[in-house]
Order: sequence, then structure tokens, then C-alpha cells
Amino acid sequence: MIVTLLDVLIAGLLMGGIYALIAVGLSLQYGVARVLNIAHGEFIMLGAFITWSLYTFFGIIPLVSLAVSSPLVFTIGFILYRILFARLRTSSPSVAAFEGKSMLACFGLLFMIQNIAILLWGAEMKGYSYLAFPVDIGGAKFAANRLITLGFAIVFGSVFYLLLARTRIGKAIRAAAQDPVAAGLMGVNISWVLALCFGLGAMMAGLGGTLVSMSYQIQPTMGLEYTMIALIVLVLGGLGSIPGSFIGGFLLGLVGSIVTYVQPGLALVAYYVIFMLLLLAKPTGLLGR
Amino acid sequence: MRILEGSGVTKYFGGLAAVSDVDFHVEQGEVVGLIGPNGAGKTTLFNLISAALSPKSGTIRFKGIDITGFKPYKICRMGVARTFQTVKVFPNMPVLQNVILGIYFGRSPRVSSSEASKSALEILEFVGLSRMKDAAARDLTLANQKRLEVARALAAHPELLLLDEIMAGLNPTEVAEAMELIIRIRKKGMTIIMIEHVMKAIMKLCDRIMVLHHGRKIAEGTPQEIVNSEKVIKVYLGERSHAGR
Amino acid sequence: MNLPKAISTKRIVPGLLVLLLLLLAFSPLYATRYAVILLTSIFMFIVLTVSWTVFSGPTGYVSLAPAAFFGAGVYTSALLGFVLPLPAVILIGGLASSCLALVVGALTLRLRGIYFVMFTFGLVEFLLHFVLWWEVNITGTTGRVVPTVGNTVVYYLMLTVLLIVILAAYLIKHSRYGLALQSIGECEEAAAHTGVHVTALKITTFALSAFFMGAAGAIMATRWTYIDPRIAFNPVLSFLPVLMAIFGGTGQLYGPVIGAAIFTYLEEFLITRFPYYYMLIFGIIMVFAIMYLPEGLVGVTQKLWKRISRGKHADS
Repeated sequence: MIVTLLDVLIAGLLMGGIYALIAVGLSLQYGVARVLNIAHGEFIMLGAFITWSLYTFFGIIPLVSLAVSSPLVFTIGFILYRILFARLRTSSPSVAAFEGKSMLACFGLLFMIQNIAILLWGAEMKGYSYLAFPVDIGGAKFAANRLITLGFAIVFGSVFYLLLARTRIGKAIRAAAQDPVAAGLMGVNISWVLALCFGLGAMMAGLGGTLVSMSYQIQPTMGLEYTMIALIVLVLGGLGSIPGSFIGGFLLGLVGSIVTYVQPGLALVAYYVIFMLLLLAKPTGLLGR
Repeated sequence: MRILEGSGVTKYFGGLAAVSDVDFHVEQGEVVGLIGPNGAGKTTLFNLISAALSPKSGTIRFKGIDITGFKPYKICRMGVARTFQTVKVFPNMPVLQNVILGIYFGRSPRVSSSEASKSALEILEFVGLSRMKDAAARDLTLANQKRLEVARALAAHPELLLLDEIMAGLNPTEVAEAMELIIRIRKKGMTIIMIEHVMKAIMKLCDRIMVLHHGRKIAEGTPQEIVNSEKVIKVYLGERSHAGR
Repeated sequence: MNLPKAISTKRIVPGLLVLLLLLLAFSPLYATRYAVILLTSIFMFIVLTVSWTVFSGPTGYVSLAPAAFFGAGVYTSALLGFVLPLPAVILIGGLASSCLALVVGALTLRLRGIYFVMFTFGLVEFLLHFVLWWEVNITGTTGRVVPTVGNTVVYYLMLTVLLIVILAAYLIKHSRYGLALQSIGECEEAAAHTGVHVTALKITTFALSAFFMGAAGAIMATRWTYIDPRIAFNPVLSFLPVLMAIFGGTGQLYGPVIGAAIFTYLEEFLITRFPYYYMLIFGIIMVFAIMYLPEGLVGVTQKLWKRISRGKHADS
């Protein structure tokens, strides 16, 4: 009985780590750059497939290939912001108008990126095996790659938190999140910071995708579900709160693990029920303002 | 008859008390001024009356009925209409349509579209905007947009009108026109509460003035009493020689 | 404006429309089977796009849920198709979607618009997973058969729903509720203070728009004859109506109609020649429309028209 509980708990944390990472990424994009990136899952998918390609065609192991895939996905996000969203921002009469338009633009991007992926990699499922050997923890067995995933999520989350809290760039990001105009007047290069945040958010999605590819099969249509999960985590943690997204990710992962144990196939449904309960009782989420 | 009264009205934003334990009352037919430094809680008080916000504690009664916690549309249909500090017209709709909306959904009984047009035109005539009836609201000058907000508020046939700084940003001619409009509205039997920084208008138009500071009511009385109050002078009016002109 | 010009446009446009209607009403008699099927698809997308625009156009609350309401109609057909006559099934399909929309609206439309967008975005996938789980674990089937009716019947049913939805959209737009919906989109707070019961109006209009999407789904299911959760709840059917409305322009009634007609035909054309590229192309068009066509094709043609008529009347 205790072994099963531990099983479920750790499985939840493993998934939760990925959820936390991708949610923080989306939180950066929405909370700071005010782009509700409903194509977020597609960046996860890109990260997964780039990792798969580097491993399958060049034999580069996933954690090392991060040195290539992360900057690549970051750059894609950064450039996308500069050529698309920055333009929308200057041409929109209000923040609300910009949020609406950028969200719709992301809707277009969603189908663009998915289609490009199908053209590049085909529509079938793919996978690879890396560090799939089992590790024994307290009587329960876990695949090594999943444990690395969790470790990675925690390490990266902490690094990012330190970056936000302790560095000058972190301060600029937090200032831009609160009030872009005022931050700009204080000398923060706003257009650069917003693009940076969007790129960072994309990078974190790509990172999540790499971690997903290590443990699960992937296909070009995988993104939509992850976007939904990231959105729900955002609401759970509180819109605009980056720490909230981090904690919320782990919470939701735990819920998912419990639900999957009781009734497999209902995890996403359970997440949505949580979404509905939040809307009814506390839309501002755990740490939202 | 006390058309509006509030007791112990309190509103917090986070840890800050924007409005703190304020009692107030307005008699029917009065023009009451609400003044105080910026951030004193004047607009917040309006928002609490019009139900844009709900108070943390305290009650507000309109014509004897407890309206705390009601929704804005309900309060409008009971007879309270307002304008906004940052002008909130419907920018892409023609001026006439802005006003017609008030007639359809305010306190008037069910009217046909032709009757609504007629009434709306009368109101535009009353505020002096008939020439612009087909212009898009966003193309109006600030002064005219404020007039449009007043027209839209009047279209709902209110008994109580809340005017939030309608003279802000107006030049002296426009201020005089606005004052004249308020006098005409008053003559129709409307009860008015006005937030204003333009002391000339407050002094001339108001029967009674309430002064807010840091969310609290610090003084209340006739214009003369307020102008001579030490407290108010220290907090808001400045030297005796500048006030009351 | 030039008087002779005013008379001629007022006569020609309705005249052309009546002619078009007659052509469409009798086309199954003279057109090819392929054309009838294509026209049915065009009608379906016009229904989806126009009903989407009825709510999301004036209020600015972007619903990403058309596929969810369409799917609800599809499933109604599958569940009741052998039990009830088709008109009843279509009606119930519409009502089921409306009920779904009422729930969604009650949950989200009291709150800021962002919650509405997020919730409607995930709704399709949620329903997909839920229905899939239910069918596998509780009812034991995955796919279901839907009773077939002839292509001509489907054609006329869809045309009927099309005419009703366009009529409804026109009546709403020119009524006081249409004005109120627009005021919600322009400044919701001011609308509320002018006596508009914003939440009730939003929810009701949203439910009404969902009705037609569900009816369309119930009709289309009979053409597919076999459905399963993945066929019924297809995210692309949320994307296409939004794309068509944005591209066509949400300001006027004919914008969504034109957008839907163009894109359905374009999809038909592309899906046979470039099956792996057409979504990419549509995505690019969407981004392009967001960036450069803020008022859609309608906006562009209106500006062009203004420029042309200004050129003709040098004294105005």
C-alpha cells in the first residue's frame, strides 16, 4: 500500500516537473509580454522533435543536445516576437486589443508550426530510448530518464528563480511584468526585454519537450494537450504569478497521477474539472493578484 | 427625503483603505460636491455607489432600499446614473446610438425604436450635441465627449446623477458651458453629486460639500463653511486668499 | 451622395440576392453531385462562421469553441438518429449545444475575457477525452453509425439552417440587443452602468450562437455516416470559422459569409493538390490577416469604395 502511494507520488512529481517548466514558460510569455501563446504546445513539440532528430541522426544524447536545441528554440521565439508581436504591439490601440490579436496570431502559428512539423518529420509517432533502465527507490522502480527529468525540472526552476530574484535582468523582467511603460521610462529596454521573455518562454517549452521525448512517444499533434495543461496550471497558480505556475505545475502533476491510478484516461478531464472549480470559486488561483 | 445614504462604507485595496468608514447622505434635489486631494477616495466612493465595486463593510441605501452588493445595471435601472473620470463613451458608435442605448436599457418603459430616436435627439439638443449626432464618438473633442457621457446618463432617466470630474481638462469657456449645463440639469429636479477640482464650479453650484482625505470624511458643510475650515485649508485648499474665487 | 446611384444600389443588391437564392434553391436539379456536396460544405461553414460572429464579433469575446458545439450536434445525431425523425434530431442537437454553451457561459462570462478564451480553447479536447473515455469504459463502443439521408436532403437542410442563421444575425444586429452587444465590446463597464445586464446578455447570445453550430453538426453527421470522438471533436473546426470571420471581416454581416465561401472553396481546392500544405497556408493567411487586415476583407473593400466614390465626387 505504501509502495503504491510512493509510486503515485513520485510519478506525479515527475510529470509535475514538466508541467511546472512549461507553465513557467507560458507565464513569462503572458505575464510579461502579454501574449497568450496558445501555440505554446507546438514549441514543446519542436523541442521534442529536435531532440529526437539530434539523437536519431547524430547520436547526440538528449541532455547534451540541449546545448543546441535550447538556444535554437529560444532564437525562434525571440525572432517571432520581434517580427510579429512587437509589430502588433505598436499597432494595437490598447493592451486588451493587443492581447486579443496576439492570441489569434498564435492560433495561426499553431497550425503553421504543426503543419511544418508534419512536413519535416511525418505524422506518425516516434520515440527513442535513452537511459530507460530502472532505478530502485524504496521498493518501487522508476525509469532513470524520468528521475533525471524531475531533477532537471527542479534545477532549472531554481536557477530561473534565482535569475529573476537576484540578477539585474531579472529585475528588468519583473519591472516589465508590472508596468512596461514605467519600466521603459526607468531605462529598461522594453522591446528587448519583452522579446527576451518570449524567447525564454519558448525555450522552456522546448526544454519541457526534450524531457517529454526522453520518457514518452512523440508526434506532431502532441502540442494541444500540453498547451491546455499549461493554461490550466496558469489559472491554478494565478495569472501573472510565475512562482504560482511553478507550484501549480507540481500540484496538477500530482492530481494527474492520482487520477490516472484510479481511472486511466481521465487525467485531462480531471484537470478540466479543476479548471471549472477554480472558475467557480477562486479564478485568481493560488497566488494570483 | 434622503435619496442616498451610506453608513460605515469601507473599501480596501490590498492593505490600503481607499475609503474608510464614511457616512454620507444626500437629500433629494441637492447638489452635493465631493472634494479632496488626489487619491482621497472620491472616485472609489462613486464606484461603490454605482456598484462598480463592492464595499468591504458598510451599507448604502438608495431611496431607502439597501443597494449594497447590487449589480451596476440594476442600480442604473433604479435611478442612479454616472459619468466616468476617464471618459468612457462607446468610441466607434455614433453619438446618437450612444444615447439611444441609455434610453433602451435605462429606466424608461419599453419604447419603440422611433420613440427612442426622438427622445435621444431631445437629450442631445438639451446638452448641445445635436449637430454631431452621426459623428463617431471617438471623433469628438474631450469636452464634447464629456457632454456625451452626461447625455447618455440622462437618457437612463435617473433621479440621482453622479458626475466624476466632468470639468477636468476643459478650458475656461468649456468650464463655463459645463457649469451652465449642470444648472439646467438641476432645474429639472435632478439630485447631483459632483466630484470636482475646479473650485469655482464647486462654490457656485453646490448646496453642500463633503471633503475626503486618505479615505476618510474630514469635513462637511456649506461652501462657506468649507472654505473657512482650517482643516480643509491645510489639507487641500491652501492659502485662504486662493479659495472661493 | 448622388441620387441615381442610391436608387440603383438599393435595387440591384436585393435583386441579385433573390436571384442567387433561386439558383441555390434549384441547384440540386441541374448541378453535379460534386457541386451539391461542395455547396453543402460551404453552407456549413457559413453557418459556423456567421453564428460565431453573432457573439464574438460585437463583444470581442473570442470563442475558440465552435468545434465543441458542432461535435455536440454530431453526437446528438449519432445517439438519437435511429430513434427520432431528423428534424427533431437537428433541433435537439442545437439545444444540446445551447445547454453546453449556457454552462460554459455561466462559468466564464462573469469573469474577464481571458478566462473565456482559455476555457473555450480547451473545451474541444476536454470533450474529446471525456466522450472517448465514456464510450470506451461505459458504453463499450468507440464509433457510432449515423443514419444516412440523401445528399439533396442534407443540402436543403443546411440551406434552411443557413437562411435562418443569417436572418437571426440580421435581426439581432439591427435590434437594441445588437446595440447592447456592440456596447459591451466597446466599453463593457460603461454598458453595465447604462443599464445593460451584460452577463445575462453575453450568456444568452453565446447560447444562441451555439444552437446553430449544433444544428449544423447534427446535419453533417448524416453525411459522414460513421463517427467517433475524434471525428466529432476536431480542433480544425474551431480554427476555420475564426479564420474565415477574421479574414472576411466581422463588422458587416456579409464579411463572414464571403470569408466562409472563399475559404471553403480554397480548402477544397488545396486539400486535393497540397494535402500537406494547406493548413500551413491557412495559418500564414491568419497571421497575415491579423497583422494587415484589421477589419478583414470587408474593411479593405469599404476603404477602396470610399476612395473610389471620393474620386468621383470632387465636390464632396
